[in-house]
Amino acid sequence: MQPEVQQRKKAESFSCTIYCEALVINDPDFQHEDLNFLSRSQRYEQAIRKSSLMVMKLREYGIADPEEIYWFKRTCLGNFPEPFGLHFSMFQKTIESQATDAQKKKWLPLVRGIIGTYAQTEMGHGTHLRGLETTATYDPATQEFILNSPTVTSIKWWPGGLGKTSNHAIVLAQLYTQGQCKGLHAFIVPIRQLGTHEPLPGITVGDIGPKFGYDEMDNGYLKMDNFRIPRENMLMKYAQVEPDGTYVKPLSDKLTYGTMVFIRSLIVGDSARSLSRACTIAIRYSAVRHQSELKPGEPEPQILDYQTQQYKLFPLLATAYAFHFVGAYIKDTYRRISGDINEGDLSELPELHALTAGLKAFTSWTANAGIEECRMACGGHGYSRCSGIPDIYVTFTPSCTYEGENTVMMLQTARFLVKSYNQVAAGQRVSGMVSYLNDLSRQRIQPQHVAARTVSVRINDPVSLVEAYKARAARLVEAAAKNLQAELNHRKSKEDAWNRTSVDLVRASEVHCHYVIVKLFTAKLSEISNAAVRAVMTELCLLYTLYGISKNAGDFMQAGILTDAQITQVNQRVKELLAIIRPNAVALVDSFDFHDTHLGSVLGRYDGNVYENMFEWAKKSPLNKTEVHESFHKHLKPMQAKL
Amino acid sequence: QDKYAQGFGLGSVNPDLASERQTASFSVERLTTVLDGGAEHTRVRRAVVEAIERDPVFSRENQYFQTQNERYEAAVRKAVHLQKKMHEMGWREDGPEFIYIYRALAGDVAFLLHRVFMRSISVLGSDEQVAKWIPLATKHQLIGSYAQTELGHGTYLQGLETTAVFDTTTQEFILNTPKISAMKWWPGDMGRSATHTVVFAQLYVHGKCYGVHPFIVQIRSLRDHSLCPGITAGDIGPKMNFEHIDNGYLMLQNVRIPRENMLNKFCEVQPDGTYVRRGSQKINYFTMTTLRVSLLSDEVILPLMKACTIAIRYSAVRRQSKLNPGEEEAKILDYQTQQEKLLPQLAAAYAFHFINNYLHKLFDRGYKEIQERNFSSLPELHASSSGFKAMLSQYCTAGVEICLRACGGHGYSLLSGLPSLYTKILASCIYEGENTILLLQTARFLIKCFAAASAGQPVPQSVTYLAAVKPGKCPAKNKLDFLNPDIYVEAYQHTAIRLLSSTAAKLQDLIQSGVKKHEAWNQCTVQLVQAAKAHCHYITVKNFVETVEKLENKAGIQKIMKHLCDLYALHGIFSNAGLFLHDGYISGAQMDMITASYLDLLGVIRKDAVPLVDAFDFTDKSLNSALGSYDGNVYQRLYEWAQKSPTNQQISPAYEKYLRPLLHNKLSKL
Repeated sequence: MQPEVQQRKKAESFSCTIYCEALVINDPDFQHEDLNFLSRSQRYEQAIRKSSLMVMKLREYGIADPEEIYWFKRTCLGNFPEPFGLHFSMFQKTIESQATDAQKKKWLPLVRGIIGTYAQTEMGHGTHLRGLETTATYDPATQEFILNSPTVTSIKWWPGGLGKTSNHAIVLAQLYTQGQCKGLHAFIVPIRQLGTHEPLPGITVGDIGPKFGYDEMDNGYLKMDNFRIPRENMLMKYAQVEPDGTYVKPLSDKLTYGTMVFIRSLIVGDSARSLSRACTIAIRYSAVRHQSELKPGEPEPQILDYQTQQYKLFPLLATAYAFHFVGAYIKDTYRRISGDINEGDLSELPELHALTAGLKAFTSWTANAGIEECRMACGGHGYSRCSGIPDIYVTFTPSCTYEGENTVMMLQTARFLVKSYNQVAAGQRVSGMVSYLNDLSRQRIQPQHVAARTVSVRINDPVSLVEAYKARAARLVEAAAKNLQAELNHRKSKEDAWNRTSVDLVRASEVHCHYVIVKLFTAKLSEISNAAVRAVMTELCLLYTLYGISKNAGDFMQAGILTDAQITQVNQRVKELLAIIRPNAVALVDSFDFHDTHLGSVLGRYDGNVYENMFEWAKKSPLNKTEVHESFHKHLKPMQAKL
Repeated sequence: QDKYAQGFGLGSVNPDLASERQTASFSVERLTTVLDGGAEHTRVRRAVVEAIERDPVFSRENQYFQTQNERYEAAVRKAVHLQKKMHEMGWREDGPEFIYIYRALAGDVAFLLHRVFMRSISVLGSDEQVAKWIPLATKHQLIGSYAQTELGHGTYLQGLETTAVFDTTTQEFILNTPKISAMKWWPGDMGRSATHTVVFAQLYVHGKCYGVHPFIVQIRSLRDHSLCPGITAGDIGPKMNFEHIDNGYLMLQNVRIPRENMLNKFCEVQPDGTYVRRGSQKINYFTMTTLRVSLLSDEVILPLMKACTIAIRYSAVRRQSKLNPGEEEAKILDYQTQQEKLLPQLAAAYAFHFINNYLHKLFDRGYKEIQERNFSSLPELHASSSGFKAMLSQYCTAGVEICLRACGGHGYSLLSGLPSLYTKILASCIYEGENTILLLQTARFLIKCFAAASAGQPVPQSVTYLAAVKPGKCPAKNKLDFLNPDIYVEAYQHTAIRLLSSTAAKLQDLIQSGVKKHEAWNQCTVQLVQAAKAHCHYITVKNFVETVEKLENKAGIQKIMKHLCDLYALHGIFSNAGLFLHDGYISGAQMDMITASYLDLLGVIRKDAVPLVDAFDFTDKSLNSALGSYDGNVYQRLYEWAQKSPTNQQISPAYEKYLRPLLHNKLSKL
């Protein structure tokens, strides 16, 4: 089997998924039991069982590429989080990117014999990394770092796999040497005894308790009291502490952001997949569910025939496709740019950082709301865990917060947009996705009224609609930048002015991202060679684009990009597209190609046999274990007897 | 661990929260009494809450760690204990305390459907039926449920498939579940607890179908709780929330019940099979209609108030990043983006509290009329309950989720209390009528009224504005004009009328061009939903304005409520800009003024944010949140609660069974 895996190494992600799925779905060790009926401890235990197996299989199959590991994991664990997750995505990866060659030589072979996690977030600080309070003080006498959690807020809180599973952690701490604070650095810290798994002296570690989803994950806390580690446990590829305590500065502090950019780019793809799963369930179920009458005297129609139902689901279907293409784009861009970075070229890093931050926030917010919309479109049954959507939701929704809180992400993108705007204002040209800002300066030279900017938008032409989104982005980025400037003119503090403009700035980032997505989706159309596929994708692209205009009509009208008559046309066209897409709706979700095992939904089954399987599923509920529940004997019977 | 408690121990209020309370511009206590509807109500409510919370049987302390079975058992235990408690305290079902009991229990109690069971008998049953069943139910000699929804049908009642066939020879109804989709599915208390239930079924007499009617059916033995012959029933399995409720399924196979078990105040089958109707058929749905209104306060508005309390207090304690160099890290509540998330939710919570009062008045009046068999107000009541239930549940659900996510990572911990608030409230978008369908029912009423108003005929009071179509432009000249309620109420009214009239015109056009009526309706449903929402939004804004005008101008109450009212109204315009800009009633320049006024208001209300949530007067126990408690000792509490987690107390077999072999296997290969 191994040579076959080797061959696949360079395969694209889609075939990679299919391949990993085939490996796992046919493997009896990974058969899914229904997790909905298990307690949290049982789910944790099952996850550990599968994770352990998975690690063995990864080695057996010789899978080592991060992308392939990612797919293999997804498939083994059926999209549920797993306690070993951070071992691969953060522990190992951080050592690979931030350790010296000597450190790599020591730790990478060990990585196979220990379980590691990545302890960054603290109780009191998350996205604002500089505020972290954990300290690592260098002691030249013993050549050790002394790690401490000086306050209750400094306790490491949330890292996955930390509570019960891991025996090592990469801890981010403020480095103190020679009496000075040198900022955040990463340290490899053993936390549990190899062999007994007991916490080491000076370490307090445990599980942070139940959460919204993530039942199988032992998110943990970690408190350190004068815990000593050898000097060599600081990751020193960039910054170094010499034996005498002399601190050597890194060349660029931007490099450490690489891992985060990578994870954020994965979240964009996750948004697409999670939304696709929810759409698959909701659309298949809507084709099976019959309700009410459309025409008097006729049988009840499929609820998918109602305009309101189409209006809920089809724009989300179009969004899922849009995000797939964006996810693929951003992954390719990351690969390309990270190649440059390894060769020392950091010039594209700011744009990549800004783009992944904003798109991570935009896509996760949208997908999050979309999953909920899909659940509600399934009526009451969507609320049952058998629909599978509650699990998709709780597993996905934290991505709005982890790896960078979304509002903060949007503001980072805004910082880049304002910077680019200012460059243009100073007469420089900017490149990449923000190059539309260059046009603003040209317009300013020509003394024409803003309203005259009205592009003659053709509402059936995706390319023309991209121009409309571009004009909207330009207008709102400019408005935010000008408001910021006005605040700066009034106040001394830059931070205060920024804060007073932040609602505008977030908005500017949103419309920039929206433009990028519309642009990428539209560009994708010409790459599709099959005419029938291109036709249906063009319909979806139009729906995505026009629906976005309809929902944000205020922006387009206020900027004079579209007239109210055009908005009325757009609204009408959206409804026509719903009817056009209707016959292909089920085929479009079938194309996502989720296996029933992977979808984990009674409502979304490929065969559509919903009701009989709901009944079968319910019979397994823990409350149904006995015909008369013990509460009857304990509480009900005494109550009735007394009265 | 001791050093963490120093100067930060539980008991003393976190200085970050204490400082917020020193600068309140109004009297918190007085606002609380306004919300309660008078000082006497406040007193009674607090007495009930205290009595419940002091009783250890009602404790929710370990709720977040419990399994479905444990939650169910606790809910039953509490329900049984509650009977004793009420007796002990002298609380009566018709007494002033009763409405606060459920609130004090935070809904964590079984037998809620028992009350719906009783209510449907009181409303739909004859005097004899009431005399027979209500005393039994009051004494809990039986436990009732309400079985309407089926696997295949929910909101569309006419589609229900359960049958009740009248057998003249034995004077019985024979109930059946003819196919799998006809199985009753979802009714609360039915999976494990109920002995009886009201079953909604299609009535057949002599082969003719008379539509859906309610029947009292016994499903479990009163002696040993085993299922009655012909009954299959059980729990429907885990859901997003409501672990404590045994939502159930029910299958009926030739179950025979006496003729007297059909609830027959309005419809009756006589011994020879003659079907008699008295009064309107619509009355069968009146139980549902009143339920929609009665659930708003406890199930929809209070959860939003709680979520706001937790998120706003936490945002005053959480410090993150620096606003000004050299200063300490800022409270996240000082960030404009955080204010923009939370303060509109706070304003909405107040707006909805007041619209709820309005609806209760409307219903109290309507209920009296119906008791006197005057059904003329039913359409308006039905349209109002549908529209507002849909609008409020949808908005509040979104609002609670915003609060959850505004608390960063810690919001996702169950210990924050927010995930449970969210998963519970979101069911309200579906139960008692799916929101989209409800809005379409409101729209149908509005379309009728619009036609009547245009023809100069009289219409119900809440829609008289539809006759006042006047084209024009918003007269505001600067951003301060938008703090004038006349200006924004007019804008809302204009938009509501525009959306309704343009949809009515389109409907008319389609029909005139030859499209069949039902098809034309389906083609307009997206717009109809929008029009119904705009109507409810307008009434809510208008009612908020009128409420503020009537408030006492003392202790700063009216002033702060006016700010909240302005914020609620302007946030609505800001978030739906396209609707207001569409026909040019509001210009682009005016929209910029609205945005400016709206953002200014965030800064104004920021100063009173904590006192405004304090005024909701939730005890720490009722919030059950490590982030939202009154003293603001967030981190200490989070750490202490986490240690109580069973995962930290039980030894997991995972290490010995899986981790150890894994590690050893690998170590041996090194």
